[in-house]
Amino acid sequence: MIGEWLDIGPTGQIEPGTARTLPVEGGEEIAVFHTMRGEFYALVNKCPHKQGPLSQGIVHGDSVSCPLHNWRISLKSGQALGEDKGCTPTIPLRVDAERIYLLRSAVVPGEAAGNLPALTPAVAA
Amino acid sequence: MNAPPDFSGAATPRERLVVIGNGMAGCRAIEEIIERDPDRFDVVIFGAEPRVNYNRIMLSPVLAGEKTFDEIVINGPEWYKDNGIMLVSGDPVVHVDRQAQQVVARSGRVESYDRLLIATGSDPFVIPVAGHDLPGVVTFRDLDDVEKMLSAADAGGSAIVIGGGLLGLEAAHGLSLRGMQVTVLHLMPSLMERQLDEAAGWLLKTELERRGQTILTGADTEAMIENDGHVAGVRLKDGREIPADIVVMAVGIRPNIALAKSAGLEVGRGIVVDDHMVTSDPAILSVGECVEHRGACYGLVAPLWEMCRALADGLVADPTGYAGSVTSTKLKVSGIDLFSAGDFSGGDDCEDIVMRDASRGVYKRVIVKDGKLVGAVLYGDTSDGNWYFDLLKRGEDVSDIREALIFGQAFASGGALADPDAAVAALSDDAEICGCNGVSKGQVVGCIAGGAHSVDAVRSTCKASASCGSCTNLVEALLTISLGEDAVESGPKTLCKCTSFTHDDVRRLILEKSLKAIPEVMHELHWTTPDGCSSCRPALNYYLLCAWPGEYKDDEKSRFVNERLHANIQKDGTYSVVPRMWGGITNPTELRAIADVTEKYNARMVKVTGGQRLDIFGIRKEDLPAVWADLNAAGMVSGHAYGKSLRTVKTCVGSEWCRFGTQDSTGLGVKLEQMSWGSWMPHKFKMAVSGCPRNCAEATIKDFGVVCVDSGYELHIGGNGGIHVRATDLLCKVETEQEAMETCAAFIQLYREDAHYLERTAPWLERKGLEWIKAQLFDDPESVPTLAARFRCSQSFMQEDPWAKRAAGERADLHSHLAEIRPLKLETAS
Repeated sequence: MIGEWLDIGPTGQIEPGTARTLPVEGGEEIAVFHTMRGEFYALVNKCPHKQGPLSQGIVHGDSVSCPLHNWRISLKSGQALGEDKGCTPTIPLRVDAERIYLLRSAVVPGEAAGNLPALTPAVAA
Repeated sequence: MNAPPDFSGAATPRERLVVIGNGMAGCRAIEEIIERDPDRFDVVIFGAEPRVNYNRIMLSPVLAGEKTFDEIVINGPEWYKDNGIMLVSGDPVVHVDRQAQQVVARSGRVESYDRLLIATGSDPFVIPVAGHDLPGVVTFRDLDDVEKMLSAADAGGSAIVIGGGLLGLEAAHGLSLRGMQVTVLHLMPSLMERQLDEAAGWLLKTELERRGQTILTGADTEAMIENDGHVAGVRLKDGREIPADIVVMAVGIRPNIALAKSAGLEVGRGIVVDDHMVTSDPAILSVGECVEHRGACYGLVAPLWEMCRALADGLVADPTGYAGSVTSTKLKVSGIDLFSAGDFSGGDDCEDIVMRDASRGVYKRVIVKDGKLVGAVLYGDTSDGNWYFDLLKRGEDVSDIREALIFGQAFASGGALADPDAAVAALSDDAEICGCNGVSKGQVVGCIAGGAHSVDAVRSTCKASASCGSCTNLVEALLTISLGEDAVESGPKTLCKCTSFTHDDVRRLILEKSLKAIPEVMHELHWTTPDGCSSCRPALNYYLLCAWPGEYKDDEKSRFVNERLHANIQKDGTYSVVPRMWGGITNPTELRAIADVTEKYNARMVKVTGGQRLDIFGIRKEDLPAVWADLNAAGMVSGHAYGKSLRTVKTCVGSEWCRFGTQDSTGLGVKLEQMSWGSWMPHKFKMAVSGCPRNCAEATIKDFGVVCVDSGYELHIGGNGGIHVRATDLLCKVETEQEAMETCAAFIQLYREDAHYLERTAPWLERKGLEWIKAQLFDDPESVPTLAARFRCSQSFMQEDPWAKRAAGERADLHSHLAEIRPLKLETAS
């Protein structure tokens, strides 16, 4: 729709309080979160601690607790909260007319940025 | 001397201002311009609707029968006449020629302009499902829509409103008052999720249901049902069909940018304007719901007024500029007080202050960031809404009144009373502290003087704050006032930082107050966070599951990943899978299936576990359902190696093979496992059965261990082989296998009902004492059968293989990616 933003599908695909994943060929897998309060966030799907898949953690408020060692990561900033130190990269996201968009330039790895990323629907498991 | 004659009015002909859109924004802009300079423009307004300008946000009261159309007209015909405005209604503009500075209407009418104002507003968003254009499917945007709804309501029957946002709920309320049976379908699990947090959404849903509406959340519309060329209902994606005589779509609005776009103006989501509401063409301005300003589009009325002021200032006076709006929302449903403003999504640098008063049905939450109020959600008592909104818009530092902020303006602005302790000290001795138990301040103070030096001690002596907990802060303040801050003793550990209650309190209150959902527990027990944390959510989910077997709906998002995906997450993000092998016995079919799965899904390792099972390592979450389908096909079910649940029953070969064996230990192990598999527990629970006192199955370091002897069965409890090795205590000795199983079931149920979440049997036994457990089980001969019966009742709902459900496609969203992103190589045609 708008060149700068990549449409990744309707908001209804992610139940509030959960996250779903978006693998990127040649790049880092992205976790798209939907909080209980209805906000959406996108982060690289890796905990800064031991690279645990944040998408599988418990989402509460606007943070997620990593499933491996229970580090709490802010969905807004990607920063580890509490005593822990570290940061997970975030991907700019916006919601428009019940669809989710990611900032295209933040999704694609540097060298491939010249190519337009395309979205392939996932095959249902 | 005569002053020089003023010819300015005659010398400069008026500029011509054409307005596209006779709605609230277009007309308000003209009002603002006329107020500043009544002689500047000749105005022509084009309206698509064949009527004068009315207050669109008051359509809800018209639908509800609380107002008539005449009452919501803003500008009647005389306003146009008095101000020399030409109104062209019912003839929408279809083309803008920027070169010639002309607009063309549908009738062919052409008007030239010096300045053009586009105020086309927004269009209702229609979900493009099959049948969306059938007669009887309406939107809720203008008076025509309201009239269609009213004529449907006259015939009675039932209505469906798709969309549980502000507009949808107002439509539902109106139709309901007009006597229709109303069902609201909302895609999200919580109503008005953009304005309300989960807690307030839950209160709203409860109230609307009490008023007779049916609210279906998580309802995804698949298609309209047709009958005789008219809509007859809605079919949901889950297959449910709901009949209705009229369907109202109120899922949202989209800025109407078609005209601007075809004219070549810069558009994003809306028509892009600068701070003076000027579009990419300096001769063309735009205001209202159709614009995009600094990346934001608005669908509420207050920003409109601010935009119109900035537009008029920029056009005919000193430019002031529009800086964007902070918005607030009130639901126009009589009898429901609901207010939301600003940003309530919180954040690490934000501080949430929550107050819940369950007995009055009040929920208040304010969000403070960098010492400033940034958001507020109020339900049940919105009297301070405007005060909060004012603080929010002014961006004043509220640090000084932070402690008292949640109590509202009267309290926080009271000078000395801004110190909550001082406010409590100022209360009279007769003042009621605890409404639930009717305890006065004097009684609490007396109880503290009598030696209750902690909140918990106060709760157990005079009952203040022991029920809903909303007065805990008052009790704390009284302790501080009476004893000084340092002398207040802290009580037993609370469940987590979100509550002042302990595990035991929460379990007791869930039963006493019949609480049956997580948001309900959080509301009734005055949780201080909006949706809990990773400690309390899984605990509450377990407590509710244990308290209301068969009735409580498991909340998967409150479970740790292993229990959500029914497999064990490993450090690389893959999973390990342990199929159940009853009593540790397997056979060639099962072994072949495990071997096949291992090869087929490239599992990197198979390992024998400590509990005598086989663990397949390195399975991707996407492959789990297929792996389970293959294992199910060989007759195996989930081994629950991932759960706070019955894990395994380890056995030795017993009297069937072993020359020392005294009883059929493998047989009993299989029976125990078949009785108890699938049960959720406070923590993991391991069992073992050894055929003789040589104890090859290591039964004396299990949660429940059986050691067979010639004369019967010794039953052992509370063992643990973990960090702190603990040998079991002997619970009792029984003579028959049947008694052993019955006692096992009763012990498990006692543990399930009493232990804290994440407390193994070993620390639980040490906390409660072996004698207490024995007394609970054996003092009354009815205890064992009663507890065992409750366990079997719970098990009748639990023994469904979770793997089979997933293999059949349930919750496929948990196992699949949203999509995949691949860089696309541009191919040129040769």
